[in-house]
Amino acid sequence: MQSIRKEDVQQALDRLSNQQVYVHLESNQGAYTQGAYPSANKGPFHHTGVFIRNAGIRYSHGKITGDGPFRIGLKMEFGWVYAEGLTDWEQDDQGRILFVGYDLEGRLAVALDLSQQPL
Amino acid sequence: MEKHVLLVFPHPDDEVFASGSAIQWSQQGTPVTYVCATLGEMGRNMGVPAYANRETLPQVRQQELMEACRQIGIDDLRLLGLRDKTLEFEDLDALADRLLAIIQEINPSLIITFYPGYSVHPDHNTCGEIVVRAVQKIPVEGRPPVYCRALVKNAEQVLGKPDITWDVSEVLEQKIEALKAHRTQVIGTKNGLGERLSKQDTESMNWFRFEHFWIYKEAIE
Ligand SMILES: [Zn+2]
Repeated sequence: MQSIRKEDVQQALDRLSNQQVYVHLESNQGAYTQGAYPSANKGPFHHTGVFIRNAGIRYSHGKITGDGPFRIGLKMEFGWVYAEGLTDWEQDDQGRILFVGYDLEGRLAVALDLSQQPL
Repeated sequence: MEKHVLLVFPHPDDEVFASGSAIQWSQQGTPVTYVCATLGEMGRNMGVPAYANRETLPQVRQQELMEACRQIGIDDLRLLGLRDKTLEFEDLDALADRLLAIIQEINPSLIITFYPGYSVHPDHNTCGEIVVRAVQKIPVEGRPPVYCRALVKNAEQVLGKPDITWDVSEVLEQKIEALKAHRTQVIGTKNGLGERLSKQDTESMNWFRFEHFWIYKEAIE
């Protein structure tokens, strides 16, 4: 993973447009906010989290915006894929594009993975 | 002396809740089997600084788990191949049948898992529930005892004092080294385990030193 440079990301997003891609999209605050461990107990907290894995989509264009942390929107025929708070990314040796946003303590808080093959 | 102990936990590193005991069993020559349901695929810690990512984390954690098992003396690790955070949505009866097949194969004298309903993470609670369901499929006279860890803060108020507390001081160093094998999760991380490892204060050390269990009575009666 490396810090996001918008120009590089934009090129990568363009590479996967107008074709079938598989998406992992996740917003994650962790499972231990209920205070399993005393140090993790930060008082009353409404815990939320979502993920969708291997949703097959096709986007006509994708765009990265912001000055960091960054936002990505992928425009589909009937809707959008959206992620915010992204800080780091990589293209791995399988051509997958992986985005992540770390929280202030260095833990993954948001993830967006795009792949031409099911993840 | 135990004949064969079966640990059933959902995530790599959950074995820390019984790893001191497991080290001691293994030193006494008691075989220990560990059924780990997932690879902690949804973990948020990618190492400090991050060197894993959402897609490589499962392989990284599998390697860490294998190293931890080697250090604990667990030579029979079974991965169920389920996905982190999804246990509660599976067909629990089908999972209980898979576990039952393992129980019948190895015939453990003791099973250790999480206390259903009192273990905070939905995967932990479901894991305990699957164990109980599997054991309840066995005729009463043949059921192995099930010892559970409970993680909720008010466990003692609800369940009473733990039935069993094992002091694993003698193997504390080994237990901590085995935990450190889960590098992405515990080295420099801000979670409970990482902080306990870095603090090394009396409270943290006592947390590692004593392994508390409640006997799950409905499973054996
Ligand atoms: Zn766990």
